[in-house]
Formats: sequence, C-alpha cells, structure tokens
Amino acid sequence: MRWKLTYLLDGASSTGMVVALFMALLYAPTERTMGHAQRIFYLHVPLAWVSFLAFFVVFLGGIIFLRTRDLRWDRLALSSAEVGVLFCTLMLITGAIWAKVAWGVWWPWGDPRLTTTLVLWLIYLGYMLLRALSEEGRTAKVAAVFGIVGFLDVPVVFFSVRWWRSIHGVVVTSKGLNLDPKMASALWVCLAAFTLLYACLLLHRFLLEEAREELSRTGEEVV
Amino acid sequence: MTYLFAAYLVVWIGFFLYLLSLSERQRRLSKELEALKGQISEGG
Repeated sequence: MRWKLTYLLDGASSTGMVVALFMALLYAPTERTMGHAQRIFYLHVPLAWVSFLAFFVVFLGGIIFLRTRDLRWDRLALSSAEVGVLFCTLMLITGAIWAKVAWGVWWPWGDPRLTTTLVLWLIYLGYMLLRALSEEGRTAKVAAVFGIVGFLDVPVVFFSVRWWRSIHGVVVTSKGLNLDPKMASALWVCLAAFTLLYACLLLHRFLLEEAREELSRTGEEVV
Repeated sequence: MTYLFAAYLVVWIGFFLYLLSLSERQRRLSKELEALKGQISEGG
C-alpha cells in the first residue's frame, strides 16, 4: 500500500513539475517591466508556500507527538523539517536572484520579509542541527517544542509586508491574487506541482526514517 | 535571461542533489539490513 502510494506520488509529481515548467516558461505572458526574469516568480512563490507548509507539518507533528508520545509523529516532523529546509534554502536563493534583477542588489537588508525569512531558515537549520548532533531518539521532546515555537515566525514572515514598510509586492490580497489571469493560472499550477513534489519527498524521507527505526529495532533484538 | 536560467538551474540542481542524497541513504540502510540479516542467519 505504502509503495503503491509512493509510485503514484512519484508519477504525479514528475508530471506536475513538467506541466509547471511549461506553464511558467511558455504559457505565462512576459511581464512588461522585468521581462523574462519575472518568471522566477513561478519558482519563488511556490517554494515559499511549500516551506510554510512543511514547517506547519513540523508544528503539527510536534503537537501530536507531545500529546500522544507516538514517535511516528516525531519522525514525520523531522522528515518535514528536512524537506522544508531544502525548499526554504532554494526560496532564499531564488529570492536573492529576484532581488538582483528587480532592485539591483542581492540582499536588501532593510526589508522585513527577507530578514524574517532568514530568521525562519536559521530556526529550522538549528532544529536540524539539534537532531543531527544528539543521540537518536533522545531529543524528540525538545525538538517538538523547538518546532512548535519556531513556527511562530511563519505568520510574521507572511504579514511582515503589511506590518512594516517593505519593497516586496503584495500578491495575495483579500480580493484574491493581484495578478493577470494567465499569470494567476500559471502560479496555481506551479503551487499544485510543488505541493505534490513536497508530498512525494516527504513520503520518501519518512519511509527512510521508518526503515532506520526498523533497522535499529532489529539490531537491538540481535544483540 | 541569465538570471532566469540561473534560478531554474539552482532549483533543479537542488532537487536533484536532495534526491541523490535520499537514494544514497536508502542504499546504505539496505546494505546494513542485508548485513544484519546475514548475521541473524549465521547465528541461527
């Protein structure tokens, strides 16, 4: 059943990524001011969305683990944190490239969204270091609290452009997406494709963690 | 166009390297499991 789901997700996410590439590079119209470079947007926004989603799963996994003490939730949180850090790193890199094109600098330090996103990345990098440097299975409780508290930065990142003065544009408004309809369609497809890719990577990473657990249990039985 | 190419390249390389790391870890685990099975069968 698990492997069936894995194959299904692998196929769906690969197809999704090809369609997303088509929508971002060929279907979406070229923006007047930035030209083709604006197409970085179809990578950057979905990467940001998936980072938030991944850290939400860490938050949720942490809460459920603390309530139930079921280590499967801790393994899910750890897996999601690793995938989330990957997406967040790529989001920061594409953001820096976007900044260079749009504002002429790689990293405008005064911008609140950039600063709060960097803090978010550092928080979950710290989470990963905590898991990597400590004995297996010993840090689940501390890591759960870390993951829950760290998630508090996500709404700060999202609302930073509204709370403080920022050079970042506001795409998501109360009336929906502030975009040309064709650009909005391309963005929706990319969001769906990146979400599928996240689900696929998360499942693979989670199965790896489950296999590791099984191996250590078998090893203990042998000893 | 250079920046667009760079951004897409970085993202795809990032995904590719992560997939590579996942499959390498999976391969190492399978190897360890095989070794453990060998130990069990020798012991039994």
